[in-house]
Amino acid sequence: MTPPSVLIVDDEAELTSALEERLCLRGFRAVGVTNGPAALAQLDAMPWDVVLVDVKMPGLSGLDLVRAIRDRHPAQPVILLTGHASEEDAAAGQAMGVNEYLLKPVGIEQLVEVLRATADKKEGAT
Amino acid sequence: MTRRHSSAGPPEERPDSGMWGEHGLLSRSRYRRMLFTVVIAVATVALAPLGVMSVITYRQYQDAFRAELTRPMFRFAEAGSQSLDAFLSERQLALAMVVRETPPEQLIEPGRLDTLLASMKQTFGGLVDLGFINEEGIQTAYAGPYELTGRDYAGHAWFQGAANRGSHVSDGFLGYRGLPHIAVAIRGHTDTGGWFVLRATIDTDVFHWLLRDRASRRPEQGSFCSRCHSLAVPPFSDAFIINEARQLQTPSQLYGAVLDTAGIPDLRSMPGTGLLETTDARGQDVAIAYAAIARSPFILVLVSPRDALHAGWLTLRRDLIVFPAASALLILAVVFTGTLYLVNRTRESDRKRAALFHKMEYANKLAAIGRLGAGVAHEINNPLSIIMQKAGLLRDLLTMSDEPPPRDKIIELTDSVLRSAERCGGITHRLLGFAKHMDVQRENIDLDVLLREVVSFLEKEAEYRQIRIDFVHDDDPPMVVGDRGQLQQVFLNIINNAFAAVEDGGHVQIEIRRADRDRIAVSVEDDGVGIPEDQLQQIFDPFFTTKKGAGTGLGLSITYGIVQKLGGEVSVWSRVGEGTRFTVTLPIGKPASP
Repeated sequence: MTPPSVLIVDDEAELTSALEERLCLRGFRAVGVTNGPAALAQLDAMPWDVVLVDVKMPGLSGLDLVRAIRDRHPAQPVILLTGHASEEDAAAGQAMGVNEYLLKPVGIEQLVEVLRATADKKEGAT
Repeated sequence: MTRRHSSAGPPEERPDSGMWGEHGLLSRSRYRRMLFTVVIAVATVALAPLGVMSVITYRQYQDAFRAELTRPMFRFAEAGSQSLDAFLSERQLALAMVVRETPPEQLIEPGRLDTLLASMKQTFGGLVDLGFINEEGIQTAYAGPYELTGRDYAGHAWFQGAANRGSHVSDGFLGYRGLPHIAVAIRGHTDTGGWFVLRATIDTDVFHWLLRDRASRRPEQGSFCSRCHSLAVPPFSDAFIINEARQLQTPSQLYGAVLDTAGIPDLRSMPGTGLLETTDARGQDVAIAYAAIARSPFILVLVSPRDALHAGWLTLRRDLIVFPAASALLILAVVFTGTLYLVNRTRESDRKRAALFHKMEYANKLAAIGRLGAGVAHEINNPLSIIMQKAGLLRDLLTMSDEPPPRDKIIELTDSVLRSAERCGGITHRLLGFAKHMDVQRENIDLDVLLREVVSFLEKEAEYRQIRIDFVHDDDPPMVVGDRGQLQQVFLNIINNAFAAVEDGGHVQIEIRRADRDRIAVSVEDDGVGIPEDQLQQIFDPFFTTKKGAGTGLGLSITYGIVQKLGGEVSVWSRVGEGTRFTVTLPIGKPASP
């Protein structure tokens, strides 16, 4: 069985690098990128089980990125990560079919659980 | 030195301190000035008509009282002079009739004059004797109580007066008899072309009796004076007759006996009937009514000491002064008490308003901080996430691997944790630094530094929304004197609004420039949606907001209030679709004392 693949998109490079390592230690294949265009390039290059997207990013924002993902890869599971709970963001995410909505700072156990559940769901769907 | 701020609610600032304090809007001297200004204005308006009316009333009463007091004197003088004139003219006419009707040779017949005298005394009264004087001035016939036959009157004024003018009434004099009397003389003519004088004398006591003493016995029997008016000397007054040389013809209570000189002004220059108020020879203030007696050298005089005359006036005058004065005092007391009450109420209301404004300021500040919440939460949660994941990774490496992690890895992870913790510390300090400034302190403030602090709160939002913020200022803009916390609030409100107005990728320009010698202007201009003209009038009104549900409507009204307190102005320019520019002008002011 291949490990679930996770693409982490966050403008904080220190955060993506730490998450990459921790998820790898827990059996994921995790790669971090720090902006939207890089994330789209990764998605175009290969299939990913889950994309973890930070809402607030300079340039292409998290929600804009999700919109672009939906255009190109409508079935791609996406989890939104945000620094603050905003009803507007949650509603927008839901409208775009975002699978989960997590609040920073998030514990690794919760993150792993959500990632696995989302990846399993995708597995089941294909 | 660190400052501690632990309260969650508005700091316990007394509204009568700081900008509202002893030297500010709530200062005692301001209310004292207000009290005196209002008291003086209201008292002037209330007392001026009272004063004017009092003066007019006083004058009118004074004139009326004077007229009331002097009219009887005047009337007495007039009536008295008419009576005396009638008295004298009756006797002159009687003598003239005798001269005309009786031939001179009959007049000098022995006993003839006695008969005539007796007849005249009976008809007219007041006559003492009767004499016939020939051209040489020798009294050739005489009827009366004295031995005067053969006396020479050639040198007497009355003889010469009658010889020259046909008739004469003399001044009072003593003559040969040694008693005061006056002579009434009429010239008559003989058939042979010669002339003579018929003279009667009148005792001056008669005049005295006429003026003052009518209750007592008449000097002699007879009808006395058929056309004489009844005379009543006004109380406290002295009536007497003088000649033109002011010699008393009747005794005076004030100025002496008959033939003494009366100590009153010379009345020759004031003919006819009149009244004068003057000081007499005794130094007493007197009112003098006088009337010349026609066909005689006499003047009837009535003198009243002014004190006695004015006794009633003085009482009235006291009332005329005391009543308005008491009214004025009452008005002043009511005005002062009423104004004091109103000023105290105003002060209390101002104090409450100041306290309310202070609370509103705080509420606005909290709302502003709340609006920053999104950015701040993100800013804090990002480093917190890094701390969590880096520390978690360290733990993972220690617990999930058989071998301990390399030293360099541990150092790298802990450094990352420390850096992130410092980031959190910086953010919280900045936020506290903004929230804590509620107690008003005047200090020198570099507006460029202050504006950059304010913008630092919005940096992340600007970054995410790609809003460009430009700073433009003169080379070395002068410091302003003000309160740091309040100025932060002013500019945070305005820049927040600019951020709300612009689209993502918009532009906000902050410019600091010298408005003139004493003022510095800060303008915040955006290229956002703009404000419709009908709303421009309302934007500084409390509770007016266009941010449906997202704004308190306090921001710009608080901004306006604070800038006003700092002695500055806020103006706004806006055009829909083009953008908005807020300009805050602040006085440069003197450096704050240490």
